[in-house]
Amino acid sequence: MSTQTATPHLVQRTRRSPLARLFAARETGIALALLIVIVVATAQNPKFLFSPDGWRDLLLTPSIMLLIAVGSAIVIVTRNVDLSVGSVVGLSAYMTGRLFIDFPGIPIVLVFLAGLVFGGLLGLVNGVLVSWAKVPALVITLGTMYVYRGINITWTGSSRINASDLPHDFQALGTGSFLGIPYLTIISVLVMVVAGLYLRTRRSGRELYAIGSDPDAAHLYGLRVSRRVIGAFVTSGALAGLAGVVYTARYVTVASQAGNGWELQAIGAAVIGGVAISGGVGTVWGAAIGAYLLMTINRALPVVGINDFWQRAVVGLLIIGAIILDRVLAVRRAKALAALREESA
Amino acid sequence: MTAAAQTSGVLPRSDKAHARSGVRRVLLTREMGIIALLVIVVIVSIATVPNFENKLTLTYLLRDSAPILFIALPMTLVIVTEEIDLSVASVVGLSSVMVGVLTSHGWGFGPAAIVALLIGILCGAVNGFLVTVVGLPSLAVTIGTLALYRGIAVGLLGTTAITTFPKTWTNLAKANIEGTPIPWVMIPFAVFAVVFIVLLHFTPFGRGLFAIGLSKSAAAFSGVNVGRSKFIAFVLSGFVSAFAGIYFTLLYSNARGDNATGMELQVIAAVLLGGVSIFGGRGALHGVIAGVLLIGVLGSALRLAGITADTITIVTGLLLIVSVVAAAVVPRWRKVRRART
Repeated sequence: MSTQTATPHLVQRTRRSPLARLFAARETGIALALLIVIVVATAQNPKFLFSPDGWRDLLLTPSIMLLIAVGSAIVIVTRNVDLSVGSVVGLSAYMTGRLFIDFPGIPIVLVFLAGLVFGGLLGLVNGVLVSWAKVPALVITLGTMYVYRGINITWTGSSRINASDLPHDFQALGTGSFLGIPYLTIISVLVMVVAGLYLRTRRSGRELYAIGSDPDAAHLYGLRVSRRVIGAFVTSGALAGLAGVVYTARYVTVASQAGNGWELQAIGAAVIGGVAISGGVGTVWGAAIGAYLLMTINRALPVVGINDFWQRAVVGLLIIGAIILDRVLAVRRAKALAALREESA
Repeated sequence: MTAAAQTSGVLPRSDKAHARSGVRRVLLTREMGIIALLVIVVIVSIATVPNFENKLTLTYLLRDSAPILFIALPMTLVIVTEEIDLSVASVVGLSSVMVGVLTSHGWGFGPAAIVALLIGILCGAVNGFLVTVVGLPSLAVTIGTLALYRGIAVGLLGTTAITTFPKTWTNLAKANIEGTPIPWVMIPFAVFAVVFIVLLHFTPFGRGLFAIGLSKSAAAFSGVNVGRSKFIAFVLSGFVSAFAGIYFTLLYSNARGDNATGMELQVIAAVLLGGVSIFGGRGALHGVIAGVLLIGVLGSALRLAGITADTITIVTGLLLIVSVVAAAVVPRWRKVRRART
């Protein structure tokens, strides 16, 4: 039968060497773009990379957005979206400061844990509403975005967290580094690696892709769609909560507008990194590199002589370019598959 | 109920919703619910909030809600086709900056406003092109153009602001209709509202938009030009946003790159509160207008009662969540109850 002869052929096509796969990966392209930005900016001003401050900023600045983008990517993969992450960052950042003020001497580890748990709970609210009421995540998280931000402003009032409120050790965490790599960057990258491996290798991680590709089919197949979707929202909330703690460590001042508007930047980062807004496609590595690219361009523009007021325009072009590219690739892949099918028929 | 269903077995449509009389069908809609809520909130506010009945309250309420009222009209058209336009607030900012930059370069206000409107149309056309011709998801496209248009606006003006505009125009934006507390801007809004209501609810084009939202392929097979309809909806969205941007600039005598930042989500929240389904195919403009006004009335009533802006934010968010969750859960709950009896 024709299918029998076709099968090895198909397998051959999909099982390429690791090197070839690396070059073909969508993430490689975006990493290359990031590399070009860094090289061009460094050529203009070597201090961009080759100075202690430049090196530190390069690694440190994107680390907060990276955490949020990873969470957003996990939610988007399940064909949902989380608009509340910016507000969660703000709430968690303020809570971090409050913990240090209200409980002097609280262990730093506990504060990180509190950020994770608190963010996770806020995410749980989103997840439960989305999967229980079966209302699109866009609407629910738009609502919780306002509610969380409102709670934040009520809680903060006109007060703000200042450097003097934070213990020395915590501030040192924001500025310190290990082998030249800032602690906060290490935290973000570790989280990204764990999330990436989970999505790639764990059964429940793969189920997220199945749900995003076709929620109805996933349900018919017997996957626990609600549980997985809630899990994705809890993860996204927890990572945003963690990002809030990192925010406080990095900037040491927190006002009520911390993280405002970051939700769309995080989605933008995920889209640039190849995560399809229609679900089922993309990796957290891609989203992380997208976040890195987004934040690095911000810093590179003034260096290459473009007023950084244009940064958002460049980011917009990047997002549009990325989705057009994904579309072209998807069409080409579909054509190749169709050709393959005809060939084997 | 079961007996009725058995006896009227010839009529498959024995569902209660279809058995309702015409009057009940009109009264028991989501839109009427929002309108009723609006009326109740207004009455309670007049009775309990000091100064709410003051004419100035109405003036400021309508003046400040006007940009959202305007943009909610085309946004409804876009959402009804199961698309979304997140770039509207950026178009407001861009049009504001265009008017500012051109008038500060010696252009007359009229020509500058026309250029701003044309740019709004162009912005909408770019969105429409990417969504309908290239076939990209509108959520992703308009997150991109949200950044792009805002970036151009901020890039053109930086952190400077242009604050001098012809007095005749700024006065017009702030003026009330002679002898009433109603701002003059409500006249163009009334015109826009009538045009959009007719367009959405009383023309084949509007019915086509609903059909697209319900099922794109079914709409296409029934002769609706899906691409063109969506394209027009996006162009209208850009045009009206630019118009709102010009009004915004005149009202506050201020052209800045970051004008109206974040307004896109306020508009969408109001539209959804007004009963438009994010899945497309469902919604009506009277509900949407009531939704915008409800948020506005709640805001000014709470402010007058001495409650701060943050509580208003919480109320807006809760209202949105409760309204959509109720709309999703109540019918299911009713079905369960009916199945039990």
